[in-house]
Amino acid sequence: MKLTGAQIVIEILCEQGVDTVFGYPGGTVLNIYDELYKSSGRIKHYITCHEQGAAHAADGYARSTGKTGVVFATSGPGATNLVTGLATAYLDSTPVVAITGNVACPPIGRDSFQEVDICGVTMPITKHNYIVKDVTRLAHVVREAFRIARRGRPGPVLIDIPKDVQVAECEFEPAAAPVAKEEKEVDSTSLKKAVKLIKDAKKPFIYFGGGVVISDASKELIRFAEKIGAPMGSSMMGLSAVPNKHPLFLGMTGMHGRFAASKVLSESDLIIAVGTRFSDRATGNKLQFSKNRRVLHIDIDPAEIGKNIPVYVSLVGDVKQALNLLLASDIKHTAQSWHDEGEAIKNMPDSHLTMDMSRLNPQAVIEAVRKRTADDTVVATDVGQHQMWAAQYYHFGNPRTFVTSGGLGTMGFGMGAAIGACVGTGKRTVLFTSDGSFHMNMNELATAVTNNLPLVVILLDNNALGMVRQWQTMFFDNRYSHTTLSRQTNYAKLAEAFGAAGLCLTDKKDIDAILDKAFEVDGPVLVHVKIDSDEMVLPMIPPGGTINDIITKN
Amino acid sequence: MEKEKKDRFLLSMLVNNEAGVLTRISGLFARRGFNIASLSVGETENPDISRMTIMATGDDYFKEQVVLQLEKLQDVRIVELMDMDDTVMRELLLVKVRVDDQTSRSQILEAVSIFRAKVIDLTPVSLTVEITGETVKLSAFIEYLAPYGISELCRTGVTAIGRGNNILSKKYNKEEN
Repeated sequence: MKLTGAQIVIEILCEQGVDTVFGYPGGTVLNIYDELYKSSGRIKHYITCHEQGAAHAADGYARSTGKTGVVFATSGPGATNLVTGLATAYLDSTPVVAITGNVACPPIGRDSFQEVDICGVTMPITKHNYIVKDVTRLAHVVREAFRIARRGRPGPVLIDIPKDVQVAECEFEPAAAPVAKEEKEVDSTSLKKAVKLIKDAKKPFIYFGGGVVISDASKELIRFAEKIGAPMGSSMMGLSAVPNKHPLFLGMTGMHGRFAASKVLSESDLIIAVGTRFSDRATGNKLQFSKNRRVLHIDIDPAEIGKNIPVYVSLVGDVKQALNLLLASDIKHTAQSWHDEGEAIKNMPDSHLTMDMSRLNPQAVIEAVRKRTADDTVVATDVGQHQMWAAQYYHFGNPRTFVTSGGLGTMGFGMGAAIGACVGTGKRTVLFTSDGSFHMNMNELATAVTNNLPLVVILLDNNALGMVRQWQTMFFDNRYSHTTLSRQTNYAKLAEAFGAAGLCLTDKKDIDAILDKAFEVDGPVLVHVKIDSDEMVLPMIPPGGTINDIITKN
Repeated sequence: MEKEKKDRFLLSMLVNNEAGVLTRISGLFARRGFNIASLSVGETENPDISRMTIMATGDDYFKEQVVLQLEKLQDVRIVELMDMDDTVMRELLLVKVRVDDQTSRSQILEAVSIFRAKVIDLTPVSLTVEITGETVKLSAFIEYLAPYGISELCRTGVTAIGRGNNILSKKYNKEEN
């Protein structure tokens, strides 16, 4: 059967099981959009206000569903607007396939209208990318792109398709839907070493990351922790993999992690790192992190082994498979004394930090929101203090319910990502954002309104770029250089102007009444919460510090 | 200098012969802070595949990281850290020297013969020489010529091949896609 390039793209999307695409049309993707129009029964397309929002939406869709997110954009500015979204997905290992149009092959390289070398631009922030100049290669490339995006450590892949290739025809052979690809087997010699290491340990600590979420290995991880009786801490990307209420889970470790998690880690003699890459935000001082203890690193990406932290034994492979192999081995429960030591730390005063409850504060709002959400409600965030508070105080239930920009720390990520998650799960979604982040990509509120998405936006307004302000307070003698925003935006009215519902929360006693109202709205709603400019994210281990440097008070 | 020599290593790679592959590889070196001392590349007996030889310096951590990161690139089929004792290495140098007097000319021609180099161009005021060999030999030749006045030179960078049964394409077992 002869098809055009544009038709081939749509056919392969369907073949790959894609039913949702985010994007923004334009001159050089007209042909693909024309086919999308004809295939509207098979693929639903969401037009955003800006390509960045579409890229974040595809990312949020992928994180919350485990499927591959797809985004379309036109050439030139359309393509460059994807850059931050792709970099965000790359740093957090999210499977996204971006398809961009480009000018036809003959004018490429002549600085034609809306021409940009998007492959050159995105090379360092994609797992792989292509420019397809021959229509006969297109089917192979698109299929391969999906395979690469999903396989091993997932990541974004970009396909740039010149306009003449979209129009050109060639023979197309339909193929069956791809079957889940088995990942490489874990090496048996390493497995033996790992088992011995675990058996030799008296004080094992499990430190897990986003790899557990990506690999859908939550159950295996919990069984493993229970089997060896090891306390657990996570990186921020690992949050939601284990429910907060699990007795062995101490919370997030690292810069703004829980005291108990970082403290118990510092007392351990073995760190079992599962699906994590030892980001500097999570480890603090790298020398101290692995000093006096051994590290067993389980990760699918061989290049992560020993990259940031020296590793004693490593298991390279799918986290779920590796954990199953460990569960099948003769590892045993550690002594009661280690458990008791953990419990004692958990009962220390520093482990029970709360905010000043006499006033309206983020903790109270986040906990009140949690009372109104289900275990499977997705919570997205932007970046900054509100993100850390959400990570600290929101009690996660199910995996894939925390959608946040970890590696890149992208302010403006939240709005698009929450839309993607809301579309992907088809359920009410919560976005925690702030005055700083919200102003970056607030335009996407219009997208939420157009599609009447049940999105609850909690905007924590401290009239400042709070995280930077906190650093200025702590490390720059209160010199608040350009972090006091003094914006006069009336957020509730703004939401209404977009066609969403807007509410304002200024008094602690109104928390329940206002949130009840917000959660009753059919469609998007924004709750503007006024908080103090000097609210801090605590505890804090300063950059490069250790548990001994932890700051617990203002 | 001693340390640099000790930390010097050689990578041989088979990569897809496609546009942009060189950028992907050199870009990876640049953004991870890896420094390339020399790079040479050319098509192999299979026109779909190019062979690349990279000489770089770095400690064990660096070496291991660079190989692992290169292996992650889709267009890289195999990367091998070459065992210097089991590898034949060659580099080509073209060098042009100013010669305005007979004494210099005969001295240089003598060196050309001793170094087993070859004169490939001659004018009344210049002499261009081609020489192949290991990097150290080329450096020694350049050092010898320097006092006479080198007007320009170019080196191809090291290219290398394993001895005997040490065949890179035989080790190529990375699954197709």
